[in-house]
Amino acid sequence: MITLGQLLTLSGILFSLSVAGIFLNRKNVILLLMCIELLLLAANFNFIAFSRYLGDIHGQVFVFFVLTVAAAESAIGLAILVVLFRERRSINVEDLNTLRG
Amino acid sequence: MLVEILFYIFGTILVAAALGVIVSRNPVYSALSLVLCFVTSAAIWLLIEAEFLAIVLVLVYVGAVMVLFLFVVMMLDINLDELREGFTRFAWLGAIVTLAVIAEIVGVVWAKGGLGVDVTKGPTDTAADYSNTLALGEVIYTKYAYPFELAAMVLLVAIVAAIALTMRKRPGHKVQDISKQVGVRAADRMRIVKMDAEKRS
Repeated sequence: MITLGQLLTLSGILFSLSVAGIFLNRKNVILLLMCIELLLLAANFNFIAFSRYLGDIHGQVFVFFVLTVAAAESAIGLAILVVLFRERRSINVEDLNTLRG
Repeated sequence: MLVEILFYIFGTILVAAALGVIVSRNPVYSALSLVLCFVTSAAIWLLIEAEFLAIVLVLVYVGAVMVLFLFVVMMLDINLDELREGFTRFAWLGAIVTLAVIAEIVGVVWAKGGLGVDVTKGPTDTAADYSNTLALGEVIYTKYAYPFELAAMVLLVAIVAAIALTMRKRPGHKVQDISKQVGVRAADRMRIVKMDAEKRS
């Protein structure tokens, strides 16, 4: 029998690992996108766990929408990445200084 | 008991694959580890009886999004050494933040009354003929019909945006202009000259 606490702990570990991934790979845009996908997966874990253990189906509907938006986000993110690489020949975050922010 | 053992096995694989995503040297290995992450998560979602979303995760993420990721990673010619620079310099910071976040989440989840729900109890048993897909569909197509259509619009806009962003005109690239070809008239191409017949000399 899997308890709610075990699931939440697993999703917490997944979440903090992906936050660490953003720290470690902060120059590589592709890996940043992958870490964001991992973050969203950890959030979905919580939604599904609570939905199952509190007997409320609406949490799973929300996961459905999160999956949709995450797929759209990664498609546009990768398109921007391809355009960026064509312009700069690099995907290093430090080379993105056109706006001088 | 079997379910619990399976959960621990899948959980270990999931954490190991997530570690592989963030520390591997090559972005291709990172993407493949991410595929493993998604497949293992789908298995865990199956264990807690969220069948529909598990299948959607495999179809949408492993089938579409990760293929897109792999395609982009392999298409771009990246200088890895420059991107890896400073990896070890900030590794300790990442480790500290990770451990702190894990400790906080575990503390909140397992503290007595931390979440306001009993985290040590298992799920309530569902009826023998319970269908997760049916239950989801009954809500999505009635109560969430409007958000569902909005989600479809979001996907459409994403497709158009991705294509519009990556389309480009290369100089010297020869293509047919179909509308010009169809719209051409005989008068534009050919000039008919009227002249009298000449005598043979």
